[in-house]
Formats: sequence, C-alpha cells, structure tokens
Amino acid sequence: MADVTPMRTGAETALVDMFPAVKASLPGTAKVADARKAALERFQAVGLPHRRIEAWHYTDLRGLLREAAPIAPAPDASAIASVQSAGDPLGDIDGIRLTLVDGHLVPTLSALDRLPEGLEVTPLATALAKGHPLVDAHMGSIARAADDPLPALNAAFVSDGVVLRVVEGTALDEPIIVRNVLTGDTPAATFTRILLVVEEGASVTLVENHEAFGGVAHQGNSVVEILVGDRSQVEHVRVNARGGNGFDLSTLGVRLGEAATFRSVALAVSPAVTRHQIGVVFAGEGASLSVGGGALLNGSQHADTTLLVDHAVPHGVSRELFKHVLDGEATGVFQGKIVVRPDAQKTDGRMMSQAVLLDDGAAMNNKPELEIFADDVQCAHGATCGALDEDLLFYLRARGLPLPEAEALMLQAFVGEAMELIAHEGVRTVLEGVVESWLRARM
Amino acid sequence: MPAVQETVEKVRAIDVDQYKYGFSTDLEVDKAPVGLNEDIVRLISAKKNEPEWMLEWRLDAYRRWLTMREPTWARVSYPPIDFNGIHYYAAPKLNAAPKSLDEVDPAILETYKKLGIPLREQEILAGVQTSKVAVDAVFDSVSVVTTFKEELKKAGVIFCSISEAIREYPDLVRKYLGSVVPVTDNFYATLNTAVFTDGSFVYVPKGVRCPMELSTYFRINEKNTGQFERTLIIAEEGAYVSYLEGCTAPQRDENQLHAAVVELVALDDAEIKYSTVQNWYPGDAEGKGGVYNFVTKRGDCRGRNSKISWTQVETGSAITWKYPSCILRGEGSRGEFYSIAVSNGMQQVDSGTKMIHLGKNTTSRIISKGISAGRSQNTYRGQVSAHRKATGARNFTNCDSLLIGSACGAHTVPYMESKNASAVFEHEATTSKISEDQMFYCQQRGLSAEEATALIVNGFVKDVLQQLPMEFAVEAQKLISISLEGSVG
Repeated sequence: MADVTPMRTGAETALVDMFPAVKASLPGTAKVADARKAALERFQAVGLPHRRIEAWHYTDLRGLLREAAPIAPAPDASAIASVQSAGDPLGDIDGIRLTLVDGHLVPTLSALDRLPEGLEVTPLATALAKGHPLVDAHMGSIARAADDPLPALNAAFVSDGVVLRVVEGTALDEPIIVRNVLTGDTPAATFTRILLVVEEGASVTLVENHEAFGGVAHQGNSVVEILVGDRSQVEHVRVNARGGNGFDLSTLGVRLGEAATFRSVALAVSPAVTRHQIGVVFAGEGASLSVGGGALLNGSQHADTTLLVDHAVPHGVSRELFKHVLDGEATGVFQGKIVVRPDAQKTDGRMMSQAVLLDDGAAMNNKPELEIFADDVQCAHGATCGALDEDLLFYLRARGLPLPEAEALMLQAFVGEAMELIAHEGVRTVLEGVVESWLRARM
Repeated sequence: MPAVQETVEKVRAIDVDQYKYGFSTDLEVDKAPVGLNEDIVRLISAKKNEPEWMLEWRLDAYRRWLTMREPTWARVSYPPIDFNGIHYYAAPKLNAAPKSLDEVDPAILETYKKLGIPLREQEILAGVQTSKVAVDAVFDSVSVVTTFKEELKKAGVIFCSISEAIREYPDLVRKYLGSVVPVTDNFYATLNTAVFTDGSFVYVPKGVRCPMELSTYFRINEKNTGQFERTLIIAEEGAYVSYLEGCTAPQRDENQLHAAVVELVALDDAEIKYSTVQNWYPGDAEGKGGVYNFVTKRGDCRGRNSKISWTQVETGSAITWKYPSCILRGEGSRGEFYSIAVSNGMQQVDSGTKMIHLGKNTTSRIISKGISAGRSQNTYRGQVSAHRKATGARNFTNCDSLLIGSACGAHTVPYMESKNASAVFEHEATTSKISEDQMFYCQQRGLSAEEATALIVNGFVKDVLQQLPMEFAVEAQKLISISLEGSVG
C-alpha cells in the first residue's frame, strides 16, 4: 500500500514528444486543435494504464507497450494497390464499403459517391477540418477522453475515419463495411474513429474489419461511437483475424435510446495484444442489448475484453456472452460490469463468460461484476473456466473421430454459440469461417 | 416455524435505535495513554510480560506500518480514522488471576448474563453432556477467565490466551505466528501485529479430535479503545477442531475500530472449522456510531488432504471489511467459505474470500448470501486462483444477493484467475428482490408481510445456516431477522 509514483516509460515519453511534431499535420479547426491538446494533457497526467489501475488489472499496457511506433504515413499509390490486390475477407458480402488504409480514408476504395438513400458519409478528416454538426454534438461524448487513456490518445492523434448518419426511418438492407488496413513493413501507429448516428426508427449493420499486412507489429487505436436512436436497431460486428502481431486497442461507446435494440459481436484471432473495451449506456427506457464475442489465441497472445453496461433508466434488458479459447501460453481476460442505477427498476441483466484452456501454459482471468442500486431487478452472471470435457471427447473418439478433430468439433460448437448472436447471415458465415480456419490450423 | 415466529415477535418489540446489546459496564480500567508510538508498543509488550523477540517483532511491524497507507479499494466510505486518537491498551483491573468463576468481577459476569453468553454451558444444557462449550472470554483485550481447561489438557489440546501462549509455548508461537498473515500483509494486519493485546491460541496435537467446540466471545467495552485480537489455531496431523467466535458490543456514539488477525494452520489430514457470528453495534438509523470491523482472516492448508472451513454470519458493524481466505497448498486440500452478510440502516459490508489453489487436486467451495436492506451497501468481493501447478483444482462459487427496499445496493466483484488447463472453475451469481409470487403465496396462507419476509429470508440463507454448529444456528437465525427489523412493509 506504499506510494507508487511510476517513472514515465519510453513509450509514454515518445507519445507525448510525438505530439508537437505531428499536430500541425493532423486535421481540424482551432477548436479541434484545442481538444487534441486537452486530450494529450489528460494522457500526460495518467500515462499508460498499468496493473494498479483497476480497469487494467489484467492487462499491463505500460509493460506490454515497450515502444510507441511513429504515426503511419498517409498511404501512397502502391500501398493502396496492395490493399486492392490482397482481396477482401468480406468481399463476398454485398455492402457499402469504406476503406481506411494506414489511418486514412481512401476514396477510390470507398463507396462515397454511390450511397443509398438515407445514409450520409463524411470522411472524418473533412468533418474535423471544416466542422460538422454531428462531430460537434457527439464526438468524444460517449467514449470520453476523461475516462480512459485509450480514447484520450485517440482524441489527441486521430487522423481520419468516418462520420455516418442514418436518417430517421431508414432501413439499410446492406451492411456498412469499414475495412481498416495497415500496410507498412515497419511498425506504425494509427488512430482512427467512427461516429455512427442512427436516427429514430432506422436500422443498420456496421461491420469493422481490421487487418495488418505482413505480420508487422503495428499499433492500432480505434474508437467507435454509436448513438442508437429511439426505436432504432443497430448491429455491430468487429473482427481482427488477418496478419498483424501487433496491438489492437479499441474502444466502443454506445448510447441507447428508448426501445432501441443494439447487438455487437467482436472476434479476435490475430493481434499479439487485443484490448476491446465496450461501454454501453441505457439512456432511454425499454432498450435491449446483446453483446458477445470471443477470442481464439495461442503462442503468447493476450486478449482483453472489458465491458461496462450502465443501466441508467428502467426496463432495460441486457445479455452478454463471451467465449475464450486459449492455447499455448495465451492469456484471456474478461472484465464485465453491469451497473443498475437507483431508478433503473425492472432491469434484466444476464452475463456469461466461458473459457477453455487447452494448454497448461494458458491463463484466463475472469471478473464479472454486478453493481446494483435498485431492488426490483433480475441480474445474474456466470463464469466458467476449464479444459474440454473428457467424457464428451471420449464419446466423440469412441465414434471414430481422431482427438484433434474431436477437440475442433467441440471448440467450434463452444465458440459458435457466441457467433450465433450475429443476425446478418453473410457476416456470421465469414466469422464462423475464421473460427474454422483457426481450428484447422491447430489440427 | 417457532424460531421464525420468535424472530418476528422480537422484531416487533424492538425499536430501530434500541440495540439489544447496547449497554456498558463500568469497570476500573488500566489504560495506555491515547496515541500510538514506539513507547506504546513497548508498553503493551511490557504489560504482557513478553519476551524480547516478540517486542522486536512488534516494533518491526510498527515501523513498517508507518510507511503504509490505508487501503481504499473496498466499497466503503467513512471519515478518516485518527489512529493517534485511540487507546491501544485497556485491561480490566484484576486483584489477581481468577481461579474460578466465583472470583470473577460480578460486573463482568453481569455483562455476560445480559449478553446471554453460556459461560456455564454445562448447567444450561443440563443433561446434554456432549455439547460442552469451552469459553475463553475476551473482555476488552485481556482474557479474563478460561474454563474447561482441565478437560482439554487431558486431550492434549492447548486452548489459552495468546499472551499466555507466548509465555508458556514460545516455540510453537514463534514457529507459526505470522506465518499465514505476514507482518506486512496489509495496513490493518500490520497495525494489529504492532499493537495486538490479546486473543486466543489453540493447538490440537497429532491425531486428536478436540473433545468440544471451542468458543470465544469478543466484546468491546471500554470507550475509545480499539480492539486488536490475534488468534492462532494450529491443527497437527490428523487433528480436528471446531472454533466458534461470537461478538457483540455496547452502544457507542463514537466509532470503534476493530482490527483483528486470525491465522489457521492445518497440517496433513487436519481439519479446522471456524464459525463466526458477528453482531457488533451497527450504528443508529442515521449511520451514527458503530464498529469499524477491519479483519484479516486466513487459513493455510499446509498439509495433504487438510481442510479449512469458514462460516460467517455478519449482521453487525457499521463497516465490515473482511475476507476469510484459504491457501490450498497441500495436495488434495480443501477450502470452504459459507457466508451470510446482512446489512440494514446505513451499514456497509465489503466481504468475501480468497481461495488460492497452489497444490494438486485442491478443491474449494464458496457460498455467499448477501441481504441488503435500508440504505446499506453490501458487496461480495472474492478471488479464486489456480496456479501453474494446481492440476485438477476445482472451485464452485455461488453468490446470491437479495435486495429489500429501493435505497440499498448489492454488488458482486469476483476475480477468477486460472493458470492451469485442468483446473475447473464455476461461478454463478444472482441478484434479485424477494419475489412477489413468494410473498403472495405466503400472505395468502395467512402470514403477515413481516412473517413472510422472515420466512423467505431464512430459506434464502438456509444453505449457510446449516453449516453452523447447532448452538449458533438458532442464534444466527434470530440475529438475521433482528438485523432486518424495520426494513419490511
């Protein structure tokens, strides 16, 4: 309990020192520049999060992030060409495509000029430079720089992204697919952001696909803020399954309006260090939430999902389901907290986190929390951790399946449960394919 | 049903501010000056006629304590404690060491009588020879009288105050004291190490099953005295002991600090069962007064197939900060934690357990029932961890919370850390209020809302109550209902 005043690490110093050098090249009005400066000061005050910070107890980013990579340069023609030729893992799905390469929106790879009715897309860099009512009104209000160092760093360094507006009553048939690719062959950092405003009664699916080419240890910091309007329906899917053995640090902030429905599933397979932090606030009564996800890890990979569900108003329903499969010396972390505020009566919350450890070197840390200040509620959480069931394996082997296949079959069913939360069939199939190929590679 | 009925009647009879045990005894007290410094530590050690090594140990702890800060991670809030505004030593003045109950100050006996302490358990439980209970009564800080000593001696069991043990059995004490809760374990444990005044010592030799339940009644009496007990229980190979601890304190307006340390050591095939019923003064309806209960309790399953079981019923104290834990070191050892934590009024409870699986095939079970009413906050905070070598470790955790009234809070903060693939952890937690259907059903059969609530609550905590020794189970059931008084309807 003695006083601890951590020394500033090399990475922290590099991040702070980088700011004066790059700030002139970052987009934004004078007001945005002030906000960037304030966010950096916020980061400077707290530094990189470490074990002593309760929300980061199991992910010591200060220790893990030894060096801060320089900000990725804007992509040149060859970088863009490499993305085009690499093929899109979600290519088979009909969707509204927007592509970010090395932290910058590439118009030639984006459907900016052929958007369906009821959808407005503005490149974030443009919105910051010229001013944009949605950015002024909402950016940084859901994933706040004051709450955590990750959104603070993002707010200081954000280079580009998209601002999406789904007009009242619009039902978009095709998903919006944001492909976020890092191409360089030396480690680089990107800070990107999506702001999605879904107006009353609208419905939309947003898919984020994060990729890094060539196994380079890039450092991605992304923030997604979603305003789910009254009676609207939003589905969000995030996947990071290709290349990259770097850092994937992401913050998802969601505000739910009255009777709104929001679903989100995230799957992490490839980064060395993943931190996906989700904050959902129930701002309108009768909203429902379903959040799920999984991570399939081996080697010395580390994946952390930290979730905060804030039932601020009555009659909210929330469901959470997370699955971790950990092989080798991988570490999985799940921290989930359901908060029920004093007046949020009739809240119904259920959270489940399950992990399978395939090797004695693997580790899982589970911390499901309940914080309840109202009495007329139903809240529950469960957490399990263990190896695959010997009896079930025996049963499958007795029927002629070799052990690796029997394991793969059981794991597929295990993770599949979380993937089934995805309503969009095409997207679900792609994620199930990711799970399948991971399992095949293990065999 | 009779017990429930009785509960309900009691509830009705008692007013919110009328704490049943809120009286105080006027005794001449031998007190140390207010404050804490090395001289006070030396004074305590001198008063106890302690050997030099003990004084050194205390002074070392005191010096380390000066560099430590109060923990702030628990979900409790209270005004800053002035650690220099407390008397660290208070002993009832005695003419000489009493030889029998007749020699004990009648005022003390009278206090016990009001508390209902069964000091003469044999006479009270006439004809029930088997349920003898030995009492090492702690009055403020000094052990006043110890009964049943002879019979225990015959079995080879040592049951005495820790200060006596330090004098009489220094080798045993030196070997085990501080071996489970190290000097610098935490702020309050370190403070306790520096200033503890008394407590109990139990040693059960190899292969002995302790012939009776051992029981201690702690009672904080003197105004402005912190009580710092230290308990050490050692069960040698194949031994068994069941230890009961019950607490009440007189009503006071100023907060009283209580920072105890309990250490249990179980060697091969030994079993220790430690039960607590705690109903110290919780403060009045406005949250004024009440005991601060900052306790460090830990058991070390050192031997193969050893077992340590904690059972607690927490109904009192303004603030409870308590995590009875088990270190499962020996192969095949087992830890258990059964808890009922009831909070009402302005009480704050932050309690739970730690099960640290170090050895192979270790198992643990956690059953926690939290009931919050009034404007109280009730938190379960627990940790289950399996280390690399804990092959075949197994844990089951169940924590349920019941909310009575819309102004209280119930929180669950479990940490599960597994570093072994064959370790299997299961955790489940629920939070809800008393179901309207159940209430309706009971009321439809003629029970009042209060009776129905008492019945449902007693059903809710049944899993834990049945872990208590019989003598305590009845008392505990009454206590729970008394604690919930005023929260129904």
